[in-house]
Amino acid sequence: MTLAAAETGAAQRVVMLGRLALVPDLSGALWLPEERTLVVADLHLEKGSAYASRGVFLPPYDSAATLSALTAAVLRHRPRRVIALGDSFHDEPGQARLAEGCRNALRGLQQGRDWLWITGNHDRSILPRLGGDSAAAAEIAGVQLRHEPSASPEAPEIAGHLHPVAKLRLRGRALRRRCFALSPLRCIMPAMGAYAGGLNLRDRAFAPLFGQGLSAHMLGDGRVFRIDPRLLLPD
Amino acid sequence: MTALPALPDAFSDWFASRGWQARPHQLALLAEARAGRSTLLVAPTGAGKTLAGFLPSLVELTERAPLRVAKGERSLHTLYVSPLKALAVDIARNLDTPIREMGLPVSVETRTGDTSAAKRTRQIQRPPDILLTTPEQLALLVSHRDAASFFAGLRRIVLDELHALVTSKRGDLLALDLARLRVLAPGVSAVGLSATVRAPRDLQLYLGGAETPAGLVTVEGGASPRIGILDTDTRLPIAGHTTAHAMRDIYRAIASHKLTLVFVNTRMQAEFAFQALWSINDENLPIALHHGSLDATQRRKVEAAMAEGRLKAVVCTATLDLGIDWGDVDLVVNLGAPKGASRLMQRIGRSNHRMDEPSQALLVPSNRFELLECRAALEAVQEAAQDTAPARIGGLDVLAQHVLGIACSDGFDADSLYREVCTAAPYAELSRADFDAVLHFVATGGYALASYERFAKLRQDKAGHWRASHARVIQQYRMNVGTIVESSMLKVRLSRQRAARPGQPKLVTRGGRVLGEVEEYFAETLTPGDTFIFAGEVLRFEGISENEALCSRAPPGTDPKIPSYAGGKFPLSTFLAARVRRLLANPAEWAALPEEVASWLHAQRLKSRLPKSGELLVETFPRAGRFYLVAYPFEGRLAHQTLGMLLTRRLERARMKPLGFVCNDYGIAVWTLADMSAAIARGALSLGDLFDQDMLGDDLEAWLAESALMKRTFRACAIIAGLIERRFPGQEKSGRQVTMSTDLVYDVLRRHEPEHVLLKAARADAATGLLDIQRLGQMLTRISGHIVHQPLERVSPLGISVMLEIGREAVYGEAADDILAEAEAVLIEEAMA
Repeated sequence: MTLAAAETGAAQRVVMLGRLALVPDLSGALWLPEERTLVVADLHLEKGSAYASRGVFLPPYDSAATLSALTAAVLRHRPRRVIALGDSFHDEPGQARLAEGCRNALRGLQQGRDWLWITGNHDRSILPRLGGDSAAAAEIAGVQLRHEPSASPEAPEIAGHLHPVAKLRLRGRALRRRCFALSPLRCIMPAMGAYAGGLNLRDRAFAPLFGQGLSAHMLGDGRVFRIDPRLLLPD
Repeated sequence: MTALPALPDAFSDWFASRGWQARPHQLALLAEARAGRSTLLVAPTGAGKTLAGFLPSLVELTERAPLRVAKGERSLHTLYVSPLKALAVDIARNLDTPIREMGLPVSVETRTGDTSAAKRTRQIQRPPDILLTTPEQLALLVSHRDAASFFAGLRRIVLDELHALVTSKRGDLLALDLARLRVLAPGVSAVGLSATVRAPRDLQLYLGGAETPAGLVTVEGGASPRIGILDTDTRLPIAGHTTAHAMRDIYRAIASHKLTLVFVNTRMQAEFAFQALWSINDENLPIALHHGSLDATQRRKVEAAMAEGRLKAVVCTATLDLGIDWGDVDLVVNLGAPKGASRLMQRIGRSNHRMDEPSQALLVPSNRFELLECRAALEAVQEAAQDTAPARIGGLDVLAQHVLGIACSDGFDADSLYREVCTAAPYAELSRADFDAVLHFVATGGYALASYERFAKLRQDKAGHWRASHARVIQQYRMNVGTIVESSMLKVRLSRQRAARPGQPKLVTRGGRVLGEVEEYFAETLTPGDTFIFAGEVLRFEGISENEALCSRAPPGTDPKIPSYAGGKFPLSTFLAARVRRLLANPAEWAALPEEVASWLHAQRLKSRLPKSGELLVETFPRAGRFYLVAYPFEGRLAHQTLGMLLTRRLERARMKPLGFVCNDYGIAVWTLADMSAAIARGALSLGDLFDQDMLGDDLEAWLAESALMKRTFRACAIIAGLIERRFPGQEKSGRQVTMSTDLVYDVLRRHEPEHVLLKAARADAATGLLDIQRLGQMLTRISGHIVHQPLERVSPLGISVMLEIGREAVYGEAADDILAEAEAVLIEEAMA
């Protein structure tokens, strides 16, 4: 297995994970063109209201913002199947708090395509009324899809959970952006949730997961950039 | 004025025993207090302000003592508020002398962040006669459930260093608490002690309330200060802020005085000056360093040594601006630009506490522009012209904090609270709609499209009173009180190094001594291996670990890479800027300037031109394959930085391909790939359009959407207003992660509810704070139709001073994707090689 950076133009850069072709999307979603499948991670819906219940009144627009980003990605790729890679809701009661408008938006997204909720540590089960199927993990073309990265995967793996961000500094300006962390064995996806924070790729949590061959695909304003890990800075 | 009252015998005897007599303003304040009137006392240092402030309280407490004892009265009589904890402690010490020597039946206590919980509880149950505290502690007292009974007997409020308190959000908070105290204690009167200010009327309104301004007692300044600009044989640099050229002269001045305060504008300048003075300290004079980032115990040591007369000089920042009496200072040296005439006068007042003797001060400009600024400041001081900031318009974020606080005490009726708040001078113009928006923000978040009603922090009881809904809300409030939002700070730790296996780099371990703190954004500009000066040592930056910047001692002889803190955190005052422009425009005045500066200006007139005082000079010229535009608005670095951000956007649209810009307090330089001189000549680029006021419309909005400065401003508002807690309970969040999450909140709120009250508060701050948009707006109006363009073959004499900022300052104007593309190319180049 090699990480072949087969480029098909700046906007559509395909990377291979095992036999599976992946396109890191500017939205933070992962597009699997051959499978016509869109993978999204760590939506953390209703994080705002989870904080509000503890007296921190974050603006209650995060679920709408997250779903509209997801909708834009769905409209762009028209996937046959959407897989949400866990922590789709910030907490279990959040599934019930989701406002009607957002529930309708979600239903609209599920219309005419398969929808799979992979369960995460924030959402161990999914309410049936939210539609779609749910499972602890999935497999596509020999690649495992799961929420938490496993310590020593037996097959190539796509995971979320860690919310990777990468930071670099050039010309006196520091940039800290969400990113995909890729190696020949793994793809760790950025969090898509509007209020989901990020963990720096140089954090020790990532160290055991990547040896050689890590590259960061940082989300810019207009496209995704593949950055040499030697340029990355800790926070 | 009423006839001056006689002092009780005990007091006149005490004055006589010291060979003094009460001064007229001290007696005047006594008369005003007896009449129940609030008064502002404006007096220079050394006029006995503190005693004047407390004399009415001491007299009244003494006269009423038998009555109070008979009635078993045990209530707070006088509340003293100072901007500094240390000042409150200092005043307690100073009050002790007259009380002890006259044997007065008066108890004095302090209440600060350091006061033990047991003592605080006891102070509520059995208050002292006089309580000395800070604005934050006052806010906590006012929000206390027993506030009404605690303050019911309050007679006097003494506000110290009022001119310094009112210029910030702390002043807004204090004004709201004063309004509250006027309601809780209807018989109360206040006295404000202030240095000379431009508009005493503002302070009178602040002190007495918007509808009942306080009276005014002014003590004319004593001997006028003796101020000089350092006359040195060495050449004055064209740019830079180190004043390295003048250290020998400063050292000689220190040696020939008893105690010298060397004021600088930034921490980094303090570090540099301290280091430079010690490197030539052949006589081993005791010279110390004092700035806000140093470890507190180290600062206390320096303060004690000053008070004991063991020091010869202290290099310090604004931390020593305020009126603590640390010792017998006989010379004040101001390094760099004074930035404002009033600030300079207050600093000069630190020398010589006897008002009938002149203060001695020496101004040391660090470059030629600063010399012009010193000249202008000198004239202003001689005319006693003042340029203190205009009165503040109260922040809505501060109001939100106050509303929550009052809900935590005994609750409030919205109509009465609105009326009460409007008596606080900064909120005199507050609309009912804004008040209601704030109230709803506090209660349920105040969002238009969705509600957190079920989690409400405030609820109305049957009588319609708003109260905190839960004990947890009160706890949250108490944890987050105050308006000072520190930038995220990193501890600077002198780490130990451990030798690793041969051939491998040394390992840096934690566990060494903490030297102090630096702002996170400063640490972010450092790369491991960079050297910088801190706490008087040259340190090597090793890396950041959690919330610490790990450093090691650099080998002896290492040149520090001095971080550039440009002109410092205070922008040049509008008043001084106007004077500098006038000086530039009037060659007749150059005779008073040093020869090298005068000939610099003559050269400018010859090679380019000098703008008339109402004009904006814009020069364009080519240099090393780039094209430069240099303009001289003299509006201070913050306004220039905002201008630069907006100019590069507009130049981008005009297809000039801007690459970056730098600025200082006086001017701005932008460089591009396209030839601006040629574009202007053929009419493709119009300077009038480029500098048009409409840049404050859509361009500003677009930039604010992504501006890191705007996000920092929003974060401060969010914390003060209580949206984000200073610390998330139960979560190990460092300041850095919180910064990230407020950025996310800002993005979401801006897109979904741009008119939300918190964004309104942040925009109001941006107008006057880090982005200084208001001043930029005034400048654009001023220069409209008065732009003079001078195309040149090469950089002009004035232009060099601005251009030299290149390389010292981060370059702006790089779009995120350009940076990322360049980083990506690094990889591709290697792959192709």
